[in-house]
Amino acid sequence: MDGQGDRKMIFSDLKVADFCWVGVGPIVGRILAEFDATVIRVESATRPDPLRTMPPFKDNKPGLNRSVFYTGPNCNKRSLALDLNNPKAREVAKKLIAWADIMGESFGPGVMEKWGLGYAEVKKINPNIIYYSTCMQGQTGPHRNFRGFGLHMAGLSGLYHILGWPDLEPVGPYGAYSDFIAWLWMRALVLAALDYKRRTGKGQYIDLSQLEATMHFLGPLLLEYHVNRRDTPRMGNTDKYSCPHGVFPCLGKENWIAIAVENEEEWKGFCEALGNPPWCQDPKFATFPSRKAHERELNQRIEEWTRRFEAFYLMGHFQIHGVGAGVVLKPSQAFHDPQLNQRPARVILDHAEIGPHGYPTTGTNFSKMSSRFWRSAPLLGEDAQWVLKEVLKLPEKEIADLVAANALK
Amino acid sequence: MNTQKTLLEGFRVLDLTNEKGLLASRILADMGAEVIKVEKPGGDEARRIGPFYKDQVDPGKSLFWFAVCLNKKSITLDITKKEGQEILKRLSLRADFLFESSPPGYMAALGLGYDELRQINQRLIYVSISPFGQSGPYRHFKGPDIVVWALSGFLTLCGNPERPPVRFSFPQAYFMACGEAAIGAMLAHHYRVSTGEGQWVDTAAQHVCTWPTMDARSLWEMFHKDQERAGSHRWRTMPGGVLRMRLLYPCRDGYVQLYIWGGKMGEASNKALQAWMEEEGLDISALEGTGWPLGDIAQITPEKYEKIVDLASRFVAQHTKEELYEGALQRGIMLSLVSTIEDICHNRQLNERGFWVDVQHEELSETIPYPGPWAKLTETPLNRWERAPRIGEHNNQIYLDELKMSPAEIEHLTRLGVI
Repeated sequence: MDGQGDRKMIFSDLKVADFCWVGVGPIVGRILAEFDATVIRVESATRPDPLRTMPPFKDNKPGLNRSVFYTGPNCNKRSLALDLNNPKAREVAKKLIAWADIMGESFGPGVMEKWGLGYAEVKKINPNIIYYSTCMQGQTGPHRNFRGFGLHMAGLSGLYHILGWPDLEPVGPYGAYSDFIAWLWMRALVLAALDYKRRTGKGQYIDLSQLEATMHFLGPLLLEYHVNRRDTPRMGNTDKYSCPHGVFPCLGKENWIAIAVENEEEWKGFCEALGNPPWCQDPKFATFPSRKAHERELNQRIEEWTRRFEAFYLMGHFQIHGVGAGVVLKPSQAFHDPQLNQRPARVILDHAEIGPHGYPTTGTNFSKMSSRFWRSAPLLGEDAQWVLKEVLKLPEKEIADLVAANALK
Repeated sequence: MNTQKTLLEGFRVLDLTNEKGLLASRILADMGAEVIKVEKPGGDEARRIGPFYKDQVDPGKSLFWFAVCLNKKSITLDITKKEGQEILKRLSLRADFLFESSPPGYMAALGLGYDELRQINQRLIYVSISPFGQSGPYRHFKGPDIVVWALSGFLTLCGNPERPPVRFSFPQAYFMACGEAAIGAMLAHHYRVSTGEGQWVDTAAQHVCTWPTMDARSLWEMFHKDQERAGSHRWRTMPGGVLRMRLLYPCRDGYVQLYIWGGKMGEASNKALQAWMEEEGLDISALEGTGWPLGDIAQITPEKYEKIVDLASRFVAQHTKEELYEGALQRGIMLSLVSTIEDICHNRQLNERGFWVDVQHEELSETIPYPGPWAKLTETPLNRWERAPRIGEHNNQIYLDELKMSPAEIEHLTRLGVI
């Protein structure tokens, strides 16, 4: 990679009104903020972003500016507090929308309309704006008003169904998992829509359903149902095409290594890594179908061997023998992973109440540009004066009126 | 004014990826780009991945391939042969994007790395998808799905405490990476618009897959505590103590997810749940003294939380998942059902949103419903849904019509095994 290119910022002139809350919406806007767009988060203490109310809190003390859950999606942004139930605040919101090239929201369907800030209204103020909405199940349809989070969509989409052991209840993926799928699709759309607008002058409205976006990560399983009428169940750590395949215990407590042998060449390397013990030569392990048929016994043999070694040693040892293997890193260990740190997968920013802490970076590096992280997530309403004076150019008197009318909270 | 109707009309993408990267260019294809899958003669290895149409193992019937190569074209070309490399260079001349997911260094060894191709087309955006990235100590490590999840720090968070950590039974890590790679391509495009230059885009699956570990990492940073897997429960460190939050509740015919939470959203959901339980004559005195309906969840203690969960489990156990889900939708309760694949294929919301699109497979004399528009756009709807290509289906269009090769030349290259 060059690494030396001129560090141009692609979105230096881009203006974003970010009415989003929780995970997906704010993360979409963050990619624009990473490349120097001016992103103004509109939020309110009267209806706080749920992430501001969720742990982990600094020193385990709740507070709207103390949740680390909130900070990740919101670095590089400005915060303007507006109580949108207040008509004066809505006037400010409209001015902000008139200023913006693009805006986003992630409330339930109908919330923005209730405030007179739906696309039909917004188009009158700013005809060529790009307006993106993301919610659980889309703006239309009988289940549009579903209330919930990404963990619910992980369940509804089928992702829970395919994670866990066949003899136990599903465990599902950790966290608000489908959030992390939905924002990928929305970011791609937003970036393409910006280019389309540059070429044609036209903005548009985007309605993304988290459920629908997530379903595309299950595409082949959905086709299998439609064509073969077969439901794919969860199957622990086994794999249709690899054997051995699984997570094996290592020396110590709760230390594990993931191993996947994907073809016969790798099986040879695997046996060599084990020092070619006699059981490796057993004909029942000689071919993939046969290994698969004796998978339980094979896994027991492997466990007996891996238990004697340290996980990090085994990772290198297997990789040298051409076998895919990786330590099951605990969060604490991931902080010391040399590969993640080389990217780097996180940057440290100093937050006024929380102090210095890590922010995840986007999983792509570029040869001629890079994200710029210049500011931690904002305190609620921290930038009201800056936005009203510098961006919207409101006179002092008007700002004082807004304060007096309790609009800025 | 331009009259284009798709977001990426007029852009051309060369797709040299294997099964790890195929979804990336499909995202661009869905948005209207012309994506040409470059397959080795005889067909791509990914065509061997099941499931298969009617269980017939055949490179023309892989449902995996169908799903990830929708909306693409196909040419055959052996890029390990010199003649093939020359043809790829000619194609690169007028390509806007190239995607590849070979082990780092492989393309460069063929003379087809970014440094070579940018000499031919300096506007080219060259997107590489790899397990760990193009540089760094693990760059040559093998990274199958389960290994990527392990090293991202996500795998440790999933599974029952008494068993090893467990992964998705259908690989997900590289789909995540593909999403990120498509975004990377578009970001690089914005840079190209302002500078006229392409660049090398380096997406690493391990890095991408750290995202869903975000709050587990925060927990370590704040409290030096490692999040532990808890089956279908989740540990939550709250000011009132460490809660073992229950997310999954068995019902009469399966499972539902119920999120008992606080704040404004949680409070409304909790009140609605209470009303429903009361309507059915359940004794709800257990809620007394728990802080219910939990306007301030931060203050709840594990003991109080358990009381609430016990009551909710008894309620849920009496109903079917469909009853619970429909009831929750009407009442505004934060509850969803845990769908099987069969359930979700019959989901009413998806049907009424027009999510399923009928894709013609004339080669199978069949129409198959596919997951379709993943968003609704007013100006440029996602409305092109064309079946995945047959092996080399577009050879004539590309080689004859566009590169103006003679039939004799094509025959020669076919004999050499290049096409």
